[in-house]
Amino acid sequence: MAYFSQQLINAVTLGAIYGLIAIGYTMVYGIIGMINFAHGEIFMIGSFISLIGFLICAALGISSAPIAILLVLLLAMAFTAIYGWTIERVAYRPLRGSFKLAPLISAIGVSILLQNYVQLAQGARPKPGGDIVVGGFNLFSADGFDVRVTWLQIIIVVVTVVLMGGFSWLISSTSLGRQQRACEQDMKMAALLGVNVDRTISLTFVMGAALAAVAGMLFLMYYGIIDFYIGFLAGIKAFTAAVLGGIGSLPGAMLGGLLIGMIEVFWAGYFSSEYKDVAVFAILVLVLIFRPSGLLGRPEIEKV
Amino acid sequence: MKRDLPSMLKDAALTALVSAALGIFIVGFRTNSLGGKGLQFDFQLVDLAIAVATIFVGRIGLLLAAIGQRWPALVLGAILGVIGAAPLTLPSTFLHWFIVLAGAVIILRGLWPWASQTLGQAQRSRRGVHMSGVAARWFGVALLIVAFTMPFMPFADQKTMDLAVLILTYIMLGWGLNIVVGLAGLLDLGYVAFYAVGAYSYALLSTQYGLSFWVVLPLAGMMAATFGLVLGFPVLRLRGDYLAIVTMGFGEIIRLVLLNWVDLSSGPAGIGNIPGPTFFGAVFAETAPAGHQTFAQMTGLPFSGNQRLIFLYYIILALALVTNAFTQRIRRLPVGRAWEALREDETACKALGINPTNTKLTAFAVGAMFAGFAGSFFAAKQRFISPESFTFIESAIILAIVVLGGLGSQIGVVLAAVLLIGLPEWFRDLGTYRMVAFGGAMVLIMAFRPRGLISHREPSIRLHPKLQAGGST
Repeated sequence: MAYFSQQLINAVTLGAIYGLIAIGYTMVYGIIGMINFAHGEIFMIGSFISLIGFLICAALGISSAPIAILLVLLLAMAFTAIYGWTIERVAYRPLRGSFKLAPLISAIGVSILLQNYVQLAQGARPKPGGDIVVGGFNLFSADGFDVRVTWLQIIIVVVTVVLMGGFSWLISSTSLGRQQRACEQDMKMAALLGVNVDRTISLTFVMGAALAAVAGMLFLMYYGIIDFYIGFLAGIKAFTAAVLGGIGSLPGAMLGGLLIGMIEVFWAGYFSSEYKDVAVFAILVLVLIFRPSGLLGRPEIEKV
Repeated sequence: MKRDLPSMLKDAALTALVSAALGIFIVGFRTNSLGGKGLQFDFQLVDLAIAVATIFVGRIGLLLAAIGQRWPALVLGAILGVIGAAPLTLPSTFLHWFIVLAGAVIILRGLWPWASQTLGQAQRSRRGVHMSGVAARWFGVALLIVAFTMPFMPFADQKTMDLAVLILTYIMLGWGLNIVVGLAGLLDLGYVAFYAVGAYSYALLSTQYGLSFWVVLPLAGMMAATFGLVLGFPVLRLRGDYLAIVTMGFGEIIRLVLLNWVDLSSGPAGIGNIPGPTFFGAVFAETAPAGHQTFAQMTGLPFSGNQRLIFLYYIILALALVTNAFTQRIRRLPVGRAWEALREDETACKALGINPTNTKLTAFAVGAMFAGFAGSFFAAKQRFISPESFTFIESAIILAIVVLGGLGSQIGVVLAAVLLIGLPEWFRDLGTYRMVAFGGAMVLIMAFRPRGLISHREPSIRLHPKLQAGGST
């Protein structure tokens, strides 16, 4: 029971991070119907910017953890968002209306480009860092096993819940959210009714990238080590989360993230840690076979 | 659209600002490990400033070229080229290349309208039409003659032959993937998984059971095709982009299993001492194992290390040509036509009574089979394999070859493989820069020439052959 509770706490933390990345996939898919393959790399870049931000904070002598975290959070969100905007502008917008594999191939190109760009600029070695928040407390003890919650895990879950709440409000109640939902339903009609479609799509990428940057920062703080390759696996897992929850659905992405976090942690905890990634991929395949529209998604109807 | 200088300056300044924002953290602050724990900064802000300035000038040059001011653009490009090539002391050699590259891009952009107009005119002229017809017909033949005589050319030393074998392996993989991506329009990002299945099939069957290359070759193809069927069956009913991710996941699964299932694959240590292919029972070695004879004994030729390489070269050439011939023939069969029809419009195909799942499955399995062949050849050539050889980046390179060559174009794959594999092998030192260029090229090709280098594709079938034969389409 204690072991299970501990795993559950770890799973929720990991799931929160995956959920944040998954939102980026699901939003972009919802609005232009493409898988933003480079989203995992954006997450990786956000993580690197956070690392450098923390180091700059340390160099400037900002010793208070909450201020440093807040500063780095804003910094990483802003500068990673520029990456999201640029990628959309350079690699995807010119391809709208091209044949259907074109954006996907372009996205793979972006992904390779970003990965190697970071490797060139920052070196291939794993970078340690982000040990800003340490310590925690024992929740309860049972069977001679302490169930521990670290402050960091609480921060991760709180930041995620706040951002997701704010984000849901943005989509459901602001004019930007309305425009976005309009574009999702019918881009041409939205354009006719005066929605600036290009701007809305750009903003979608910006928001997705900003959330991925938050995930990158939390990932850095949680694992304490990053390298240029983390975007690949995290990207696939977050995509799996988005598909599991029903791609195109925001609550689905969050739910999917949680479930993927649980599958990964429990698999590693109870079976074997070598095959935890295999388990996640297997889930992806199984979901696609039995419920391609995901848990909360609507089935897709193709019109001619 | 007429643009004045201030608006152009504004545009260039914006571009420079965005690139500065992109680079400031990742490029400007390079983190270096400090011995044990902790990181320190290695400031590269000067490098970044120079790069941003180059981007600013480069953007102005491109804008000038875009409004038809060819000469100012060319001059600007030339100046950049000279600055880059000048013996200044810039913080890094990369910046020299960066500036020269920017100059070259501007010059190319400046010359582009003129060049494409002249070329287009030449092509449309009577002579041009005739010439391009001749070229199209004989180019393939000429390539084939070069390929067959290549091992006996004076320049064919060991290094060149090694490279030729490598390029041919990628050409074969490219042609195999072309069936899946180019003909059937299924984006397969895990193609290397089938390559790995073929390689491990041969490695295990030959080292454990002593089977020969020629026995295992068809078996490896069948194994890979079976894997293709097993994977394809559940996922091929889905939309194209789901397929891409699932195949990528599958590629990772295969690699992880090979890495962790130590009893089967001996894990990260890999499998060594894989026997090479034999020539009617003769081995290519100085001394033959018991019960065999060497190639030198069999033919009476003096022993030379190059014989093995030449033999491997002809095997992979034959395998690649079989792949090509198979593709060319199957495109004319109903199933091949169904693939291409499916690529264009799935709904229409359904209405015409084509079963999309089965049709896709055949393409997927056939593509996998050729990857299996290539994989067992790879194992026989390397004599050592490990999961390291089958990472996602391999899949991406093969896909890049197909995309660059032009989806569905056979000769394009050859050109792209020579370009993407041959050139970088000569410039081995470029390392990671090569991969950056790779990714960038994929984006640019999709933006400017989405149909690849060879954008003209001969249709497999024409409705009215006679009407179309003479004129241009």
